[in-house]
Amino acid sequence: MTTRIPARFAKCAAEGRPALVTFTMAGDPDLATGQAILEALPAAGADIIELGMAFSDPMADGPGVQAAGQRALAAGQTLKKTLAMVEAFRKKDNDTPIVLMGYYNPIYIFGVDAFLEAAKAAGVDGLIVVDLPPEEDDELCIPALAAGINFIRLTTPTTDDKRLPAVLRNTSGFVYYVSMTGITGATIKSHAAVGEAVKRIKGHTDLPIAVGFGIKTADDAATIGRDSDGVVVGTAICNAVLGSLDNGKATAGTVAAVTTLVAGLSSGVRRAKAAA
Amino acid sequence: MTATGANSLRNGPDEQGRFGLYGGRFVAETLMPLILDLEKAYREAQVDPEFQAEIKHLATHYVGRPSPLYFAERMTEHLGGAKVYFKREELNHTGSHKINNTLGQILLAKRMGKTRIIAETGAGQHGVATATVCAKFDLPCVVFMGATDVERQYPNVLRMKMLGAEVRPVTAGAGTLKDAMNEALRDWVTNVDTTYYLIGTAAGPHPYPEMVRNFQSIIGEEIKAQMQAENGKLPDAVVACVGGGSNAIGTFHAFLDDPSVKLYGAEAGGHGIEVENGHAASMTGGRPGVLHGNRTYLLQDADGQILEGHSISAGLDYPGVGPEHSYLHDTRRVTYAPITDKEALDAFQLCTRLEGIIPALESAHGLAQLMKVAPTMGKDETIVLCLSGRGDKDVESVGRYLGMNE
Repeated sequence: MTTRIPARFAKCAAEGRPALVTFTMAGDPDLATGQAILEALPAAGADIIELGMAFSDPMADGPGVQAAGQRALAAGQTLKKTLAMVEAFRKKDNDTPIVLMGYYNPIYIFGVDAFLEAAKAAGVDGLIVVDLPPEEDDELCIPALAAGINFIRLTTPTTDDKRLPAVLRNTSGFVYYVSMTGITGATIKSHAAVGEAVKRIKGHTDLPIAVGFGIKTADDAATIGRDSDGVVVGTAICNAVLGSLDNGKATAGTVAAVTTLVAGLSSGVRRAKAAA
Repeated sequence: MTATGANSLRNGPDEQGRFGLYGGRFVAETLMPLILDLEKAYREAQVDPEFQAEIKHLATHYVGRPSPLYFAERMTEHLGGAKVYFKREELNHTGSHKINNTLGQILLAKRMGKTRIIAETGAGQHGVATATVCAKFDLPCVVFMGATDVERQYPNVLRMKMLGAEVRPVTAGAGTLKDAMNEALRDWVTNVDTTYYLIGTAAGPHPYPEMVRNFQSIIGEEIKAQMQAENGKLPDAVVACVGGGSNAIGTFHAFLDDPSVKLYGAEAGGHGIEVENGHAASMTGGRPGVLHGNRTYLLQDADGQILEGHSISAGLDYPGVGPEHSYLHDTRRVTYAPITDKEALDAFQLCTRLEGIIPALESAHGLAQLMKVAPTMGKDETIVLCLSGRGDKDVESVGRYLGMNE
């Protein structure tokens, strides 16, 4: 299967730096602004885009991402609209990989086959579905692979060497290492431990490894990026959106709040190269 | 549990934790190793005579089992049909069936070497039962409770605090049981090394639905033995209320392979099943989806977003239901029907006046269902209600509804 993901990691590797993976919630704070943010991300320095599919009950997310999802839902976001956002994006950018991230129920209700068909047609490259561990691979992972969409699995500090092969078995695109036991937006306790863990996973797979959860600043990106093939930033971006709002509504500064942050993070991943 | 043949309804779940389409292990990877550990520890405990003996000893001397089976004579006369019996789970220590489960799970947590307990609670009955066993076994306890429920079940909040538990109000969503469970899961995913998540209902990822059911199955087993002793035969019908459904599955399980026994589950009909988002009857008014670790009937919109639902009863105010109930609903072994807030309030008052028993609002839903069924049955027939909890926690709220507080 060829998606845009391997080519993009290869490009970043050729530049001798980790990829910057940015998470934004689709439709936050409203559909039009969300679309503008999405389309501004590549120029700001995002190498890979994770687009959040809002869900009413995001069990693995901290307050920042939860609030972003609630804003999107309150503005009327649906899975169908999220897919349409990708389709519109692809008319302008056919290189930047897009990974949809969220929870299983909205996909299950959309219908797995219908969803995969629509996602592929829209130009989606990968999926991260938090509540589908390898034990439930028959639900979506296997059909997604058959449809030519990468299924990117989370590995965590609790995924030991014994379990790792099962977790990696049907993983493709890249491996998302969750830097801590916790929810999105918490604080990384030990950078050294993250580096160790990435090394450990590298012993089991040739796939690129991106590290997420707890990366907020350019310095974080530079530090974590030294040990990994990519860094994922989500909560900080959701909080940047929040900080730009006026009474919950988008302002003239909303898109810029995100692009400024992403540009800074982008310089961070480029410093990771210099430091390495 | 003893398997009773290929066609038995009591064989579930399978190795993947499925009851037919329902159940499963839909959790984040961080939690996956934990629930596999839990399953392993539970399997070992199940066949350990010492573990079983300790549960039995505590059930007798701490909980007060067996709970009585009571012939409700005036209720029987009033309804004019089948003989009505109450299984008096509300007489258990802490005032509900919830202690059957918390006792089993706390012993398991001790076995696993866990040093911190978390729980979610709706009406506060499970929170109180968890805080109680944590006090007894000297373990720190954090209970997540929706802010709305903290307000409407305040007596239970005080009980939990007095028992030494920390009660954390959850303001997300409608501030009810669903939101409390989200927050408990977020805590668990953060504190994986030390913490045991003591789930209060027969839902969540495998093995919780099976494990909680097994700890609660004592209810139905006792009913069976007590009815045999009383009448020399099985009951003709058995009724229980269903939120997540732990008292109901515990009541029904012993009877699943006895086709002569009709089984009825009372769901929370709230303002009425026809009122959008105005009820919590997930089987009557929802459709299958995935939430909180399992596939089951859920109240949700066309985009798969979970609805908050509504019930006067905090314990039933949950948009899902345990996966085994979903299976029993599809196979039609159990008849699930919605009971409105008003019907439950009427049953609450009737039970109080006729029998001198103040039932929990949750159990009053079961009673309201019984009040529909019993009059259609013959006088030589029998019907049993699982009176799952006592209503002390509800007197203030009910007083307000009835305008008695002036």
